[in-house]
Amino acid sequence: MKYAYFPGCSAESTARDMHQSTLAVANALGIQLVEPRGWTCCGATAGHQTDRILAVALPAATLVKVKDMGLDLVVNCAACYNRMKVANHEIATNREVRGKVAEAVGRDYDGSVKVRHLLEVLLDDVGADAIRKALHNSLTGMKVASYYGCLLVRPNEVTGFDDPENPSSLDRLVTAMGGTALEWPHKVECCGGGLSMSRTDVVVNLTDSIVGMAKLAGADCIAVSCPMCQINLDMRQLDIAKSKGNRYDTPVLYITQLLGLCLGIAPQRLGLNKLMISPAKVVKAIAAA
Amino acid sequence: MAITISKNKSARGILKQVQEISGVDLSVCYQCKKCTSGCPVSSMAKCPPSEMMRRLHLGLGDELLNSDILWMCVSCETCSARCPMGIDVAAVMDALRKLACERGAVKPDGNVPLFNQAFLKTVEVFGRSYDIAMIAAYKLGSGKLMADIEKFPTMLKKRKIALLPPRGADRKTVRRIFKNTKEEGAGQ
Repeated sequence: MKYAYFPGCSAESTARDMHQSTLAVANALGIQLVEPRGWTCCGATAGHQTDRILAVALPAATLVKVKDMGLDLVVNCAACYNRMKVANHEIATNREVRGKVAEAVGRDYDGSVKVRHLLEVLLDDVGADAIRKALHNSLTGMKVASYYGCLLVRPNEVTGFDDPENPSSLDRLVTAMGGTALEWPHKVECCGGGLSMSRTDVVVNLTDSIVGMAKLAGADCIAVSCPMCQINLDMRQLDIAKSKGNRYDTPVLYITQLLGLCLGIAPQRLGLNKLMISPAKVVKAIAAA
Repeated sequence: MAITISKNKSARGILKQVQEISGVDLSVCYQCKKCTSGCPVSSMAKCPPSEMMRRLHLGLGDELLNSDILWMCVSCETCSARCPMGIDVAAVMDALRKLACERGAVKPDGNVPLFNQAFLKTVEVFGRSYDIAMIAAYKLGSGKLMADIEKFPTMLKKRKIALLPPRGADRKTVRRIFKNTKEEGAGQ
């Protein structure tokens, strides 16, 4: 299994742990990931809030490099995944956009690179059975709230990821690892994404509701697959405690960190020390299960 | 909800421009308010998404570009996903934000346009976003110098934020993209 792999800018900064755990898990499961040379930023929310062509041309600059590699593209960051998918869709369905993007990038691109989220590769290409067989530890006895956020599932006719209102990919992985995947109502609520710095008040309100609901559902931890979701749900718990007095102390882990622990990979290779809310309870429970 | 429109509203509505920029046909909106029901910030904003749509129909102009929801909107796209008529409400919001920036609408709380500029500037220079430079530019420009400052030592200690600028990106192509889209009157 060989894929082109787009780490995304946060993999070099706030989400180094997502990147590290992705590489460690891929290695353990025989997935070969190759970074496209010279990959560039997808533009994120700031891109599409600013200009439609800029928002498509930025991901296209990387997609055209991947096209040359002749491989499918795997993305773990939900935001990058979303921008890559939208760019492909816009280019493939709108000739005018395709022309303008070709002019901006300096090369024509047809929107044909297959973009897949790491969760899709884990479930469809590796498969739950193979994952189960590779486990050294398990999530037995652990209740996990899977949080998908917005950008994996929306717009669903473009991303085609899972069920847009009640997705189950993360839950299926949690179950494969022996954990209890909680039914809870905030799977696809928004954490506030890129407004974390500019409208911290909005993000604190939204994350308070999400983490509060996970806690109410009895979650021992929250599993995510997006650097914005992770940092908002994790770091903003400090602000929720300060401004609203609600103390949750609920660890928020990347699914690749949970999977890495279950595959017997050492915590330091999974970047677990980077979490703001300590995952010590989770690590201990997995080791004991 | 009753919608009151001031008699001295701008002479020219912006419905047409919004439809052109977003490529979305707003005429099919029948005010079911599903967008507003699912919107995570509608309870915090003065004018929820369904009302923005109606105000566009009713011929409002540049005054609409000062609505607080434009910069509270988290681009989660729940509105677009749930619209029974398939209206891409999120694309309409993008179009309104673009017009707001071009026409110098009032600076919103938190100055999200400045954040977006600071973010994109680092992408333009380095080919990838560079958090420290982006945060510095945003803090200086917005005056929110002390926000989140208590978290910095921990983030640095955990190496949760990169000190050195990103390397290895194809900066040439990215600069070309920025240059080109700016010249195009910023794309569409």
